[in-house]
Amino acid sequence: MTERIPWERWDEPHEPWLLPGRCPDRSERTLLLEMTTRVVFPTILVFSLYLLLVGHYSPGGGFSGGLVAGLAFVLRYIAGGRQDIGGAVRIRPPVVIGLGLTIAVLTALAPALAGNAVLSSAMWEVELPLLGTLEVVSSLLLDVGVYLLIVGVALDLLRSLGAGIEQDARAAGERM
Amino acid sequence: MLALVAAHLALAGLLPLLSARSHRAAFLVGALLPAGALVWGLANAARALGDGVTETTSWAPALGLSFSFRLDALGLVMLVLVAGLGALILAYSAWYFGPDSPEAARSAALLLAFAGAMLGLVLADDLLTLYVFWELTSIASFLLVGQGGEDRASRRAAVQALLVTVFGGLAMLLGFVLLGEAAGTYRISELLAEPPRGPMVGAALVLVLIGAFTKSAQLPFHPWLPAAMVAPTPVSAYLHAASMVQAGVYLVARLSPAFAGLALWWVPVVVAGLGTMLVGGWHALHETDLKRLLAFGTVSQLGFLMVLFGGGGRFGDVTALAGMAMLLAHGLFKASLFLVVGILDKRAGGRDVRELSGVGRALPGLAVMSVLATASMAGLPPLLGFVGKEAAFEAFLDGGGTPGLLIALGLLAGSVLTVAYSARFLWGAFASKPGVAAAQPQRPEAGLTVPAWLPALGGLALGLAYPLVDTLARGYAAAYPPTGAEYHLALWHGPGLPLLFSALAVALGAGLHRLREPVTAMHRRLRTPVSAQRAYELTVAGVERVAVLVTGRIQVGSLPTYLAVILTAVLLLPGTALVLGTTLPDEQVLYHAPMQVPLGVFVLIAALGLVRARRRFTAVLLVGVIGYGIGGLFVVDGAPDLALAQFLVETLTLVVFVLVLRRLPAHFREARSPRRVALPKALIAIAGGAMVASSAVVVSGARQQAVSDVSREYIRLAPEGAGAYNVVNAILVDFRALDTVGEITVLLIAAAGTASLVLATRYDRHRAERVISGSGGPEHEEEVLG
Repeated sequence: MTERIPWERWDEPHEPWLLPGRCPDRSERTLLLEMTTRVVFPTILVFSLYLLLVGHYSPGGGFSGGLVAGLAFVLRYIAGGRQDIGGAVRIRPPVVIGLGLTIAVLTALAPALAGNAVLSSAMWEVELPLLGTLEVVSSLLLDVGVYLLIVGVALDLLRSLGAGIEQDARAAGERM
Repeated sequence: MLALVAAHLALAGLLPLLSARSHRAAFLVGALLPAGALVWGLANAARALGDGVTETTSWAPALGLSFSFRLDALGLVMLVLVAGLGALILAYSAWYFGPDSPEAARSAALLLAFAGAMLGLVLADDLLTLYVFWELTSIASFLLVGQGGEDRASRRAAVQALLVTVFGGLAMLLGFVLLGEAAGTYRISELLAEPPRGPMVGAALVLVLIGAFTKSAQLPFHPWLPAAMVAPTPVSAYLHAASMVQAGVYLVARLSPAFAGLALWWVPVVVAGLGTMLVGGWHALHETDLKRLLAFGTVSQLGFLMVLFGGGGRFGDVTALAGMAMLLAHGLFKASLFLVVGILDKRAGGRDVRELSGVGRALPGLAVMSVLATASMAGLPPLLGFVGKEAAFEAFLDGGGTPGLLIALGLLAGSVLTVAYSARFLWGAFASKPGVAAAQPQRPEAGLTVPAWLPALGGLALGLAYPLVDTLARGYAAAYPPTGAEYHLALWHGPGLPLLFSALAVALGAGLHRLREPVTAMHRRLRTPVSAQRAYELTVAGVERVAVLVTGRIQVGSLPTYLAVILTAVLLLPGTALVLGTTLPDEQVLYHAPMQVPLGVFVLIAALGLVRARRRFTAVLLVGVIGYGIGGLFVVDGAPDLALAQFLVETLTLVVFVLVLRRLPAHFREARSPRRVALPKALIAIAGGAMVASSAVVVSGARQQAVSDVSREYIRLAPEGAGAYNVVNAILVDFRALDTVGEITVLLIAAAGTASLVLATRYDRHRAERVISGSGGPEHEEEVLG
């Protein structure tokens, strides 16, 4: 049974309402930006995935998709500070970068197992109910690797140049 | 054979999992594989002595690279040493390392990996395959000597071993390439069948010999081997006595049948070998640490082996017979003796000659075994060492002329030293010394003594079963020019000069041992001005000094200087080509689309404003404006992919700039440069700008057709070849996918570099009182890692 909530507190938010979940430790903040970011963030991520997948047919691809996703995190950092990034991504940026490169290199080497030249690609046509025929190209995996690596680089830049410099300034007694 | 080698390496990778549960189990499981390799080798012995067992696996056919292996008589002897002793020493390690020794897990995996690499080395039938395994053994040696890297002496010894052997290895690689190109093949068996000749081969052989000399610790590269004795004793026994250091000898033995007739080959080998034998033996006479005594003994014996294998072509096949017998004998007795030292170290409380006393009385079994092994080392009948030494004297005395006699006398002197230090080893380890408290050793368990007994008994058994060794050695020696008389390895050849030499060696050696105190006193007075160790240290220090000097000159730390160097290079190289090699396009259109005009003006204004900007923030924003303007031009030119990437990258760059700007002063505050600097700066800047602008005009005019052939092919192939209707993407992930992989690797390195620069240097800066670069605490590590 859930806990009974007194009627006068029914309309209070039950979960962290603003992005960082708590008040960031600085005086200036723009509520408007924080709210907008909260609304837009998932959409940007979905858009980045769209760019990743659509690359074979129209402008996009792993590089652009990864950059868009990276910029989504940049937005969160600008709005919510470094605690916010930590809340959104639990995995370490270097791991994301390494994962991306690993996927790319494995995709590159996989054809060698089948006796084909390294980096050659294969195509499959998959029949999906409702959606119709779907073409899958193995080089999409390479794009996924690129995507992950770019996202990781963006996150790592936020960690080193963003949060790192911020901490530096605080240690030096400056106000940012 | 490749499978056998690969199995070693794979199991070595898995052993740490087992070590986590039990070190002993890990060592014992590891010992099974070399034992299996030994069984495989013995099962194939008949074929190996016949035509040889060969196997080839191509791994990069386009480059003509393949893993070629071949098991023949020489390979079989080395296999017996590498795999047989490897199994014994791994089993010994199971008891040598304590149950909670921090070195055990690492050593188990590395020893097995080393065994695999060594196996590959001795079976390789391809120069490049051999080189790969050669360097793998050097690396394994570095890791095993260095251990945890916490001890200064281990680190220095490991680095010395690595520097010396890898230096030789690289020289050897050069030699291999020259040799392979001269012969037109890298297969060793084909090379031996038709040895190449010519001036290039001479250079190649010298380079190969440098490799062999460094690996086998020959003069003047020998000091790394005694220094490497800081490693745990099983490691020393395996790598630095029985297998790895014999690799150099093995290489000389492998190539000698083809080149031993050349004076360029045999003279350096014999001279260096004799010198090493004498110097090593002389040093061994004065060492107080039993392990270092044995190490110098190894240096000396390796010199002996070099003489035997190097002299084969000049002095006939008997030297090769002697070499094979001694190779086998040396591996056996030296492994056994090292394992004895390990037991003394662990169970009798030390290995210093001055502190051990009365061990022989307390551990008579160990003493008997050591006598057996040292007797083989000293060349006493009926052990294998005696058989080998007899053959060696015979080879050089019989029909060798004056050079042969000189070499034989050199070998006699070396043997006298060998007998003397063998006696010193026994005396130092087991004798009761007056004035030293008798040691109270614990009884070693069978796990330690059995692996030491087996090689010692092997030396005895093979000495008695000399026809077996003779058959084995003959399989190898057949490649050499035969000497007149038929000679067989045997214990008794009747009285003659060789027997006299052997007897003289024993008598004089025993005398030298009796005179040990005056001799050592003389050694102390005799301060040689030349020291190989000192030369090594001076070389390393000199290289470091040169590196500091060059880096200081190149990395002056001034951004304008770096920019000037880069721009000047651009002006000189592509600039010259531009001026000399191209013609201006005939007609220049001012613009293709009307939209280009406002965009171009926009970019120009931003660029002009950028030069005038006084605030950093303004400058960064204007750079962004230029980038977006260029992106706009891409859109107009019909390149949506480029435009998208340009906009996104520009945005990210802008954000990163702004993030960094937080820590920089708001304004550019630079004093005006003095005239003599300002003028060159302005000149270089103007020239650079003019060059880039004119090259843009020239390059854009170079395209003759509207759509080039390459582009047309890409467009044609994209849908069917890459399954993509977006040609740009098809190029990125399919046609030029290798470029993409390379580029993202560069990105990874850049990100890692940025993180280390920002996060690692911060801690250095903030510890104002004491700056130690890269020495952060745990939280710092955490942060750098993510």
